[in-house]
Amino acid sequence: MSGRSKGLNGWLLSSPALILLLLAASGPLLIVAVYSVLEKGDYSGVRWILSGDGWFNVLFQRDIFDQTVSLADANLSIFWRSVKLSIATTLITFAFGLPTAWFIATRPPKSRALWLFLITIPFWTNLLIRTFAIMEVIRNQGILNTFLTWTGLISEPIQILYTDTAVLIGMVYVYLPLMVLPLYAAIDRFDFRLIEAGYDLYASRWQVLRGVILPIIRPGIVAGSILVFIPSLGAYVTPRVLGGGKNMMIGNFIELQFGQGQNWPLGAALSTVLLLVVLISLVVYTRVTSKDDPRG
Amino acid sequence: MTKQIAIDARNVGKIYGVGVHAVTALGDVSIAIEQGEFFTLLGPSGCGKTTLLRCIAGFETPTSGSIHLSGRDITYTPPNERPVNTVFQSYALFPHLSVADNIGFGLKMQGKPAKEVKAAVERVLALVKLEDFAKRLPQQLSGGQQQRVALARALAPQPEVLLLDEPLSALDLKLRKEMQSELKRLQTETGITFIFVTHDQEEALTMSDRIAVMSAGELLQVGTPHDIYDRPVNRFVADFIGETNFVEGTVEGSAVRIGTGDLLDVTLDGHSGGVTLAVRPEQVSLRADGSGIAAQIVAATYLGTDTHYTLELGDKSLLVARIQSNSAGGMRVGDAVGLHIDAGAVQVLSA
Repeated sequence: MSGRSKGLNGWLLSSPALILLLLAASGPLLIVAVYSVLEKGDYSGVRWILSGDGWFNVLFQRDIFDQTVSLADANLSIFWRSVKLSIATTLITFAFGLPTAWFIATRPPKSRALWLFLITIPFWTNLLIRTFAIMEVIRNQGILNTFLTWTGLISEPIQILYTDTAVLIGMVYVYLPLMVLPLYAAIDRFDFRLIEAGYDLYASRWQVLRGVILPIIRPGIVAGSILVFIPSLGAYVTPRVLGGGKNMMIGNFIELQFGQGQNWPLGAALSTVLLLVVLISLVVYTRVTSKDDPRG
Repeated sequence: MTKQIAIDARNVGKIYGVGVHAVTALGDVSIAIEQGEFFTLLGPSGCGKTTLLRCIAGFETPTSGSIHLSGRDITYTPPNERPVNTVFQSYALFPHLSVADNIGFGLKMQGKPAKEVKAAVERVLALVKLEDFAKRLPQQLSGGQQQRVALARALAPQPEVLLLDEPLSALDLKLRKEMQSELKRLQTETGITFIFVTHDQEEALTMSDRIAVMSAGELLQVGTPHDIYDRPVNRFVADFIGETNFVEGTVEGSAVRIGTGDLLDVTLDGHSGGVTLAVRPEQVSLRADGSGIAAQIVAATYLGTDTHYTLELGDKSLLVARIQSNSAGGMRVGDAVGLHIDAGAVQVLSA
């Protein structure tokens, strides 16, 4: 068979996958990108007239009376909250996930399967139901406040629900398994004899953790952080239910534009921004975390 | 001249588990290892040699007894505070660090300035002849090279005692022979006390200044390779070190009468009654004229320089003789020969 027809055959054979990718992944993204540069329709949808308003409105607002331009503070605070909460979620899930994954990986092989099974149980339930369960725990007449009042630690219920803290608690709960599983996979491959080698070579416990364990399980840390950070940044259900109406994140803000806001170009521009932020943070994150890797 | 004692283990015992599940890994072991010595702990797997090594390294705490390093009690000192380094059986090299960073790890953890670490790493790299591999990662090296890195890493902080846990067991025969002389050279050059764990008696005999033979958590005999080989204290040691024929007999006056009825004039060392004679194959010689103990050759194994003959004696017992091939002069399987035992070299053991 000639090289040329081999190449043609290759394209033909992979065409189902290519068509699917084009239709399911690239197509919608393309539509979103196109909508972001069109003029908004009167009630919803778009008019097929080229316009920069969608992108302009991501960061700026024009006064409806005197047409003066100013920074859209509300938008900026939503972006900032999204990034802040996502980073906090990633850090907290790592802080809880590392000991959890370590615990599971150091159990006898037989009971490890059971522990992993327990970790994945929450996935069996719908996200919305799990989020309502969290709400039931933290609301003013919920389990937590009732318990704390009963013990006498507090006299008034603490307002947790409809705050950033509530959103954070919800996201940590929802995304913790996504951190634990890749960490577990990395620790499972870890050669525990290296810990003894570290101690033997005058390293303290802290130095063994920093100089031996963390660098070796880094692929797991990177994978877990990406798996938690990206869905956190685009989270919709959790901030909607636990943050109430006002503690919006980017996901809710985008939904608002396509719904009540009736501003599809702005929604499309925001979606594109979110995509770019995720891409850029991915690149930066993998660069930074692999900079001292001699393998390059 | 009395030598300084580097490691002094006093009545060290280690029991794992409690009650009916308790397993004794070390009974009651006392050893004094001299400074600058190449000392080998020898025994079959499960004899407690590795447990003793791990107690000296600090990875295990003895359940009884104490361990002293140059006079200081280190029984409960954590491993990172002992001037003792280990060459692990698995090498346990840090996969994320280059060869140079692996070797410098100990010094860095001790807080030595970067310049000093670099100089020490270069010196040790030269010592193990790996100068060209400083920037490589461990997985880019052969088994033998990884072994050298493990050695270099343990030597770099200049420990008072170097522990080696069967470091050569993963290497093929040729490389093992090379590393044996390499280890001996490094020990002489650095003057560091080496405590070497192995189950290979040949390795122990060729490398050690002194050997401790262990079995079932007990110390059976401590001595120079000559002592251990020529004067084993019991049947286990005689059997474990080299090849040995065991010949049963009874003391008669100043000699021992063996099963064939022949009398052997051996050094009795106060033994009486039933005894076992440990006869090394090379202490047996054969005469074609039939003088001595009557025997018949039932098998011959040619081993190059030597030939092993299996002989059947008058009482149907078997004995192995090792004869230099060029002096064996035409002896064949089936031949009747006369057998002589170098009685002065025979070790008498209690039966």
